[in-house]
Amino acid sequence: MDHNWDFATIFTNWRVYWVGLQATLLMFGVTVTLGMLGGLLIGILRYIKHPAAAWPARAFVEVFRNTPVLVQIIWFYYAFPILTGVETSPFLAAVLGISLNTMAFSAEIYRAGIQSIDKGQWEAGKAIGMSFTQTLRRIILPVALKRVLPALTNRGIEVFKMSTLASIVAYNETLSQAKLIAELNYNPIESYTAVAIIFFVVLYPVVQGTYALERVLNRSDR
Amino acid sequence: MSELIRVENLHKSFGTLEVLKGIDLHVNSGETLVLLGSSGSGKSTLLRCINFMETLTSGRILLNGDAIGSETRGKITYKESDLCKLRTRIGMVFQHFNLFPHMTVLQNVMEGQLTVLGRDKAEAAEKSMIQLTRVGLADKAAEFPSRLSGGQKQRVAIARALAMDPDVMLFDEVTSALDPELVGEVLKTMRQLAEEGMTMICVTHELGFAYHVANRVLFLNEGTIHEEGDPQSVLRNPQTKRMKEFLEGHALFKLPE
Amino acid sequence: MEWNFAPVIANLDILLLGLLNTLKVTGLALSLGVPLGLGLALMRLSQNRPISMISEFIIEFFRTTPPLVQLFWFFFAFPILFNINMTPYLAAVVTFSIQSSAFFAEIFRSGIQSIDHGQWEGSKAIGMTRNQSLRRVILPQAVKRMIPAFMERSIELLKTTTLVSTIAYTDLMYQANSVAQSTFRPLEVYSVIAAIYFILIFGFSQLSIVVEHRLAKSGEGTVN
Repeated sequence: MDHNWDFATIFTNWRVYWVGLQATLLMFGVTVTLGMLGGLLIGILRYIKHPAAAWPARAFVEVFRNTPVLVQIIWFYYAFPILTGVETSPFLAAVLGISLNTMAFSAEIYRAGIQSIDKGQWEAGKAIGMSFTQTLRRIILPVALKRVLPALTNRGIEVFKMSTLASIVAYNETLSQAKLIAELNYNPIESYTAVAIIFFVVLYPVVQGTYALERVLNRSDR
Repeated sequence: MSELIRVENLHKSFGTLEVLKGIDLHVNSGETLVLLGSSGSGKSTLLRCINFMETLTSGRILLNGDAIGSETRGKITYKESDLCKLRTRIGMVFQHFNLFPHMTVLQNVMEGQLTVLGRDKAEAAEKSMIQLTRVGLADKAAEFPSRLSGGQKQRVAIARALAMDPDVMLFDEVTSALDPELVGEVLKTMRQLAEEGMTMICVTHELGFAYHVANRVLFLNEGTIHEEGDPQSVLRNPQTKRMKEFLEGHALFKLPE
Repeated sequence: MEWNFAPVIANLDILLLGLLNTLKVTGLALSLGVPLGLGLALMRLSQNRPISMISEFIIEFFRTTPPLVQLFWFFFAFPILFNINMTPYLAAVVTFSIQSSAFFAEIFRSGIQSIDHGQWEGSKAIGMTRNQSLRRVILPQAVKRMIPAFMERSIELLKTTTLVSTIAYTDLMYQANSVAQSTFRPLEVYSVIAAIYFILIFGFSQLSIVVEHRLAKSGEGTVN
């Protein structure tokens, strides 16, 4: 290994990375919000097993959980415009693919959380005259959401990593920018190592935080 | 009677908490020793130190007159291989049985003979059946532990320990996790072992067992041996206040004579 | 617009070759990743502090960095750094073996740690060494509990292998790209391969649900 590591070009090009990191954060912010909120709705639909809602909700979850995200992004980028006549920008295609995928995964997390709540809680709500939605909102969800917080955080970490897939449809997130630098400066070693380090530095504290959160939640209640 | 086990000035701490504060003890071959004491008195820790399930903080243990561990410059070190060999000579039975759920009763009893003693399969199976017969469970050899009652599980655990041909058996509150009506069958097995001359050290709350089976009773309190003697005198005429309180606590809801 | 699947059917052999390569990379990464993961898990559970910390770092690093970044690194950076030739195939296998081993390590670790401490004590008391206990008593029980998580992770791995298309390895995704370009039928091509992935992955996850139920029924847990 006689390579001379030279991170100088990385530092002189920090603006290029900065643009990429901002795009990554934007992508993450949009997809995680849409995915987690939409997932809650679908998760509840999955739980209540209403005949009109149950089947479509199940189909949605199965389709988006059982196909690769990259296929979803590419499909929204190349196939979706032909089907609908609506042009999808790289950003929109990636947002659609990643958000819908996240909705499907988080829906199952929410559903499991709601199911884990003791049936007696529903009965107690009913007994004091609460409606279904009141019981759900005031009694079931507060506890269920707390329980699924670690699983949701883990999903969030996955979503953050998934944002790199947007580079494949040429959205200028961190990895795309690194690729640009690698090609301009012929320094793939430093430029890709830098991306890996950026992700590690951002996510490592989050992962450690998740462990701590799990410990705290395990200690309280149950 | 020859001396089988000697414990000298044993200290054991967990972090800053000193559980055993200098224990001296000896057990003769063929003797049944019962350790009594309230929870937190250190009796289970003492038992677990004897076969090095816990490492000693200081002090030493001799088996058949040989000190365990190798002493260099005043510090005793223990090699895993030495401790493993030692544990084959000291059988142990636990409160929660610790049978291997993925093995049948027979495989449970054979396991140590095969992997540790290196006996061949036929010999191990034969010895296992002898021990299972001894505890009255030969007909359960092909069952999985999950199909047995608590009392039967505990007797299998006893057979598993006996199959290693140990010099001494340690019993760590072996009836505490059992339903009351299952306690008797396990105590009966233990009594039978004692009568056959097995050397035994038992931590138990069964005062009746101590009274009828033990040769000697030790009462532990706050990490030291508080009172010691033959069961008839210790249990009938306790000399110390702590021992009296302990016995009264146990007798609170006895049926009137 | 009109659906026309004829171009897809005409190029089915190309897509099937891609599917085969997808399965090949997944299978190979799995068969290397699992033992590697066990090794990492044992290192992490080791009582030797430095060994445990090295393993923890490797695991966390590969869990927190995106697989696509890892793939680019092993394809573009690694060969220059170590002056070796790297094919897309080799880069894919290396990346996904290591990447999945980090996840498998955590499955092994939590499986091993889920086994009741009494099992270690029971085997220790009959004179077994730590290694014997692990091999004969702990792992056989832990592996059974880990099977559902294993299958889930294998499915994730299968999905992740689509990334190899970006470094021009001819997996199903890559073949779809080239067929879509040559036939000008992206809608049909990408819909068909989405369906292929769906059938494959849905089938596999249904299978894992069946296995999980079987295990739950036969499960004897720990003795207590």
